[in-house]
Amino acid sequence: MKVLVTVKEVAEVGDDFAIEGTGIAESDLEYDLNEWDDYAVEAGVQLAEADVADEVVAVTIGPERSEETIRMALAKGADRAVRVWDDALTEEFLDVAGKVSLLEAVVAEEEPDLVLSGVQAADDSFGATGVALADRIGFEHAAVVNDLEVAADAGVANVHRELEGGVEELTEVDLPAVLTVQTGLNEPRYASLRGIRQAQRKEIAAKELSDLGLSAEEVASALTLTEMYEPESESDAEMIEGDAGEAAGRLAEVLREKGVGA
Amino acid sequence: MNAADLATDGGAGGDVLAVVDHRRGDLRDVSFELITAGSELAEALGGELHLAVVSGDVERFAEELDRPGVAAIHTVTDGEEFDHGVYQQAVEALDADLSPAAIVMPNSVNGLDYAPAVAEALDLPLVTDAVDFSYDGGLSVTREMYGSKVETTVDVAGDRFALTIRGGEWPAAEGTGDAAIEPFDLEIDEAALGARVQGFEEVGGGDVDISEAEVLVSVGRGIEEEENLDLVRDLADALGATLSSSRPIVDNGWLPKNRQVGQSGKVVTPKVYIAVGISGAVQHVAGMKGSETIVAINTDPNAPIFDIADYGIVGDLFDVVPELIEEFEG
Ligand SMILES: Cc1cc2nc3c(=O)[nH]c(=O)nc-3n(C[C@H](O)[C@H](O)[C@H](O)COP(=O)(O)OP(=O)(O)OC[C@H]3O[C@@H](n4cnc5c(N)ncnc54)[C@H](O)[C@@H]3O)c2cc1C
Ligand SMILES: Nc1ncnc2c1ncn2[C@@H]1O[C@H](COP(=O)(O)O)[C@@H](O)[C@H]1O
Repeated sequence: MKVLVTVKEVAEVGDDFAIEGTGIAESDLEYDLNEWDDYAVEAGVQLAEADVADEVVAVTIGPERSEETIRMALAKGADRAVRVWDDALTEEFLDVAGKVSLLEAVVAEEEPDLVLSGVQAADDSFGATGVALADRIGFEHAAVVNDLEVAADAGVANVHRELEGGVEELTEVDLPAVLTVQTGLNEPRYASLRGIRQAQRKEIAAKELSDLGLSAEEVASALTLTEMYEPESESDAEMIEGDAGEAAGRLAEVLREKGVGA
Repeated sequence: MNAADLATDGGAGGDVLAVVDHRRGDLRDVSFELITAGSELAEALGGELHLAVVSGDVERFAEELDRPGVAAIHTVTDGEEFDHGVYQQAVEALDADLSPAAIVMPNSVNGLDYAPAVAEALDLPLVTDAVDFSYDGGLSVTREMYGSKVETTVDVAGDRFALTIRGGEWPAAEGTGDAAIEPFDLEIDEAALGARVQGFEEVGGGDVDISEAEVLVSVGRGIEEEENLDLVRDLADALGATLSSSRPIVDNGWLPKNRQVGQSGKVVTPKVYIAVGISGAVQHVAGMKGSETIVAINTDPNAPIFDIADYGIVGDLFDVVPELIEEFEG
């Protein structure tokens, strides 16, 4: 069976950052593989190692810069990758439906039996792409999966969905399916030197809208980001100043007042 | 009066359908917050608030949900526990019947499992995890990005949309209303149900119950390496406190699940909660915001944990924690 893993390069903002218009200054951003997708890649690679999957394909929607990140997925064991981008997308704030249209076109080409996606992207955190994709492509789905067993012969995946408050739901999901992967599902590996070397030779197919038979209108976002600002702090926290010794001294005073360490 | 009449009574067609959340026999808190958010939205849209209650003991739930501002409560009896297929079919059928302008759902784990599919199937623009919104001819939603470090405003094109709201952001609706309770006949398409819930499992039991502790030293990803955990262990010992953590520490297998504070871990309300190298993600804060006194030690002055802290130290835990241990061990 074939596994498609959706992988996003997410931006992280440093301790100091400047907001420019509706974005963060480029110099204050660092890029990384989305934490949730790291677990999804690992799940795909483990299925290949267990001979359940014959091929693991990573797909990303992102500009050329994101090749670095998708190469991480290849270094960790994905067989090849597809990167979708188009000049028409550059200024867009892609919404879920737009991304789903792009991913739908990739699914049509790849015909996977299982799509692994992350619960959420760490930057804009819609928490929606995988489940919306499932509906569009007519796959079954399960969201927030923290335990996974694929019984390919039986045509099902047995999953745990991690609910709130330490309760897990045990569910049998028909294949083909989209699963959104929660952190903790497995132990994502580090890319080995050998893996990194091999990744250089693996294919990353770049696709534009026209390659996928899509028009800019079909992926146009219904959402516009109109403002970005630092949230007003509602806190009346006492910020303890001074070097580590002084700060620890004052904090110790506070804690003793509260009866700690008595 | 049937549901369709009620909808037209709303006038402008600006009705709101809110879908409540329940689990294992209890309505979840967010259900009552959905009523508040939903009636705010219905008012702004010039329509009425309808609730959908799907599966379980719907009659009892409907009684509990009858709060002021709710025009009608539509009950769907099929199923006991949450099944995303049943929810999706129920909401789509109610949508066809009521033609609401907005469908509002919770950004809960179950919400994540059906809301995006509903929006997709009905071709509605979707905005998730709203912490606030305003409506002035069009919907503007406030949401967070970059781990709560910034807030954004997102404008939604079109006059129909789907929205999910973050728990704990709207007050729970109180009081008793006079909603019409309307059983809704749903013909379930069984063949379309491709995910079957087999049961539930409680995790995170074991030797310690962090929700009983009076003082918690809680460690996050700022600790960097498993070996460094000894440092916070020593602090907990020096303070006579119990050690807890944020999620990544448990995901890494450095501490057992029963130490995890947050949405998917434990809710704790100690006298003193000391967050060491924890950013304060919403799912973490959900588990500890009720602590009496919150102390945060973090190198990042913009870390959201400081927004809910009573005392904060902007500093390196590897400098501050040893000094603090020293203070108590002398
Ligand atoms: C459905 C769902 C459920 C979830 N449930 C939970 C849950 O129950 N509990 C939970 O905790 N999370 C939960 N999460 C995860 C949550 O979103 C965050 O990813 C997580 O809380 C981050 O943990 P953290 O603060 O330790 O790590 P980070 O966000 O990486 O923060 C580390 C912090 O350490 C600081 N730091 C770094 N170095 C130092 C240093 N030397 N000294 C001092 N500070 C330093 C950094 O500035 C940063 O603020 C859930 C997520 C989802 C999607
Ligand atoms: N630009 C993207 N490229 C590839 N996958 C994505 C992209 N955006 C979101 N996803 C996938 O969808 C998941 C959920 O993202 P979101 O719905 O944006 O929070 C992520 O963990 C990814 O697996």
